[in-house]
Amino acid sequence: MATLIKDRRIAADNWRLLKRGPAGELPEVPESGDVIVPLALWLSRREDFPAHPKKIGVWLDANEGPEAIAGEVERFAVIAVNFPKFGDGRGYSIARLLRERYRFKGELRAIGDVLHDHLYFMEQCGFDAFALRDDQDPQAALSVFGTFSDGYQTSVLRPTPLFRRRLAAGKP
Amino acid sequence: MYLYDEIDQKLVDERVAQFRDQTRRFLAGRLSEDEFRALRLRNGLYIQRYAPMLRIAIPYGLLSTRQLRKLAHIARTYDRGYGHFSTRQNLQLNWPKLEETPDILAELATVQMHAIQTSGNSFRNITTDHFAGVAQDEIVDSFAWCEVIRQWSTFHPEFSYLPRKFKIAVNGARSDRAAVAVHDIGLHAVKDAKGEIGFKVLVGGGLGRTPMIGFVIREFLPWPHLLTYIEAILRVYNRYGRRDNIHKARIKILVKERGPEKFREEVEAEWAHLKDGPSTLVAEEIARIESRFTRPSYAKLPATDPGLEAALGSDRAFATWHARNVFPHKKPGYAAVTLSLKKTGIPPGDVTADQMDRIADLADRYSFGELRVSHEQNLIFVDVRQSDLHTLWREIKALGFATPNLGLLTNIICCPGGDFCSLANAKSIPVAEAIQQRFDDLDYLHDIGELDLNISGCMNACGHHHVGHIGILGVDKNGEEWYQIQIGGNQGEIRPGVTASLGKVIGPSFARAEMPDVIERLIDCYLARRDSDAERFIDVVHRIGVEPFKEFVYGNSDKRSAHRRGQLATA
Repeated sequence: MATLIKDRRIAADNWRLLKRGPAGELPEVPESGDVIVPLALWLSRREDFPAHPKKIGVWLDANEGPEAIAGEVERFAVIAVNFPKFGDGRGYSIARLLRERYRFKGELRAIGDVLHDHLYFMEQCGFDAFALRDDQDPQAALSVFGTFSDGYQTSVLRPTPLFRRRLAAGKP
Repeated sequence: MYLYDEIDQKLVDERVAQFRDQTRRFLAGRLSEDEFRALRLRNGLYIQRYAPMLRIAIPYGLLSTRQLRKLAHIARTYDRGYGHFSTRQNLQLNWPKLEETPDILAELATVQMHAIQTSGNSFRNITTDHFAGVAQDEIVDSFAWCEVIRQWSTFHPEFSYLPRKFKIAVNGARSDRAAVAVHDIGLHAVKDAKGEIGFKVLVGGGLGRTPMIGFVIREFLPWPHLLTYIEAILRVYNRYGRRDNIHKARIKILVKERGPEKFREEVEAEWAHLKDGPSTLVAEEIARIESRFTRPSYAKLPATDPGLEAALGSDRAFATWHARNVFPHKKPGYAAVTLSLKKTGIPPGDVTADQMDRIADLADRYSFGELRVSHEQNLIFVDVRQSDLHTLWREIKALGFATPNLGLLTNIICCPGGDFCSLANAKSIPVAEAIQQRFDDLDYLHDIGELDLNISGCMNACGHHHVGHIGILGVDKNGEEWYQIQIGGNQGEIRPGVTASLGKVIGPSFARAEMPDVIERLIDCYLARRDSDAERFIDVVHRIGVEPFKEFVYGNSDKRSAHRRGQLATA
């Protein structure tokens, strides 16, 4: 099981991430246990899942848009976004859209090539859970959230840009 | 200068600490080459042909003498005593040590400088007109807008891992001296009928392997929407820009593949969500940024200076230099002076640490302690009293910075090329030098008139060869260095209403030894065909086309003869 950082702490992960098979076939959904299913599986079989809101997770690959689940984000306890390679920045936009535009309030989890030096920006964009790549040191990674004490732009964590906060504080 | 407040300073200090930790982990073997590469690049650190190269940001080309002295100190202490001013208005050090780089960044932070995002797939240094704030044709002073964008684009959490690098240029004057049409986003300040400030927004311009002139996505964007609109462009790019092929990853390819109109629709749709949101700019913020810029306290002076008039009449060399290297100022009695870094025999843009100190002393005495770096790789004192020009000229002449070649053929823009850069296919500095030697007769040079000659050592186009009136590109053929020539490019408006253009290749490439001859033949053709000396090289190319030049250079013979001649020349 990969290590999970959740809300800036090391946490146990009870979710099972289901992936496509080697030929791209959709995975079987086990009878019991909490699962995070690929977007395609959700889209083709969503009526198979109970309407209970806290029992299912879905994951988006970097080339999959959050628009596909725009009207139903409250169905998911977890939405995971895959980073196929640490330098692939699409997941940052996906996360912001899920939080800011589609108002997703549940766990937003970064999966894939998730590395120490990228957690700060990921968290700013709305991720609160990080399934680090296996070789990463989770204890060391906890320190990374304090890398910068502020930021100029709007982000999920800082919805008011610095310039408005400066003006409000009366700083010249 | 924009003066940091405590938050600006803290962020830069925190960046130094972050990079120190990353470097330590890399040296301890806890970060892979590949992972560290992505991190060091966004701190300006390349691993070059012989050593690392550190690219230090000079935001929008504005530098104080205190900062220049620090750069001199760094060049002396951590490098080999010189630096190279690049076409991105940055300073590059060619011999720093990897393990000392965090210390260099810490030194820079003490004078409000950094190397943040000077490389890597992120926002690069914002560039602008090197005469911003003093030009007579100013619409707005672009510095405040550059600083607004600099802040917004620094450590942007969503856009720190873009498909590819991203360059934004801002022009605030009627003439485009910022080459906005060849940037990922170009912003050209305009005023509407009511006098309200806005920006014409161009997107998808660029040089490199697929040179393109930017597409006007908006004719007039009212200034409060500047950041939300750029954010919309970037979100579309970040999500849909190609990541499968590094050579197709710039925004220009997305604009081209989508089609400009479709791209515009997507941006507008995204903008509909962001428009009027919290990032919408307010007048108080622009005023706050303006107020953090130091401004010269100009004296009230007459428009002309009798001493200057007299010197111009009696000192011909001074008058020649004045005609080329002095630019008019919006304040009466002042002028902007370009210190040419293009002396024959010195790589264009190179300055030693001692020279930096001397230049800093001069800027303190003559130009309110500030200077500019131009994308033509020269340094500019923008606030010099006309009455000081003659004395200043003597001082910079003694230092070797008074080559009166601004706008002329020997004011060559040139990348570091194969002498330093691991990407280069060919050397560029020796070509520049050979051409400068050939055209060392000043009278002849002035007779040829305005001519931009730009040299790049590979198709990444750091020497902006596509927008040179004459552009030279180093190419590799079976391990040998060859040079392709294009003509007719122009970085800004050629004349009012005629936009920037990209050069056209004239034919097969040449050996290095042939280059001065080839340039001379192009010049001979121009001189033979020009209508008068008022018609510049670029005007003639646009009037008669490339063909006559081609014939003149290659003759009527088989085009492959150029290659054969080249082989003989290098044999």
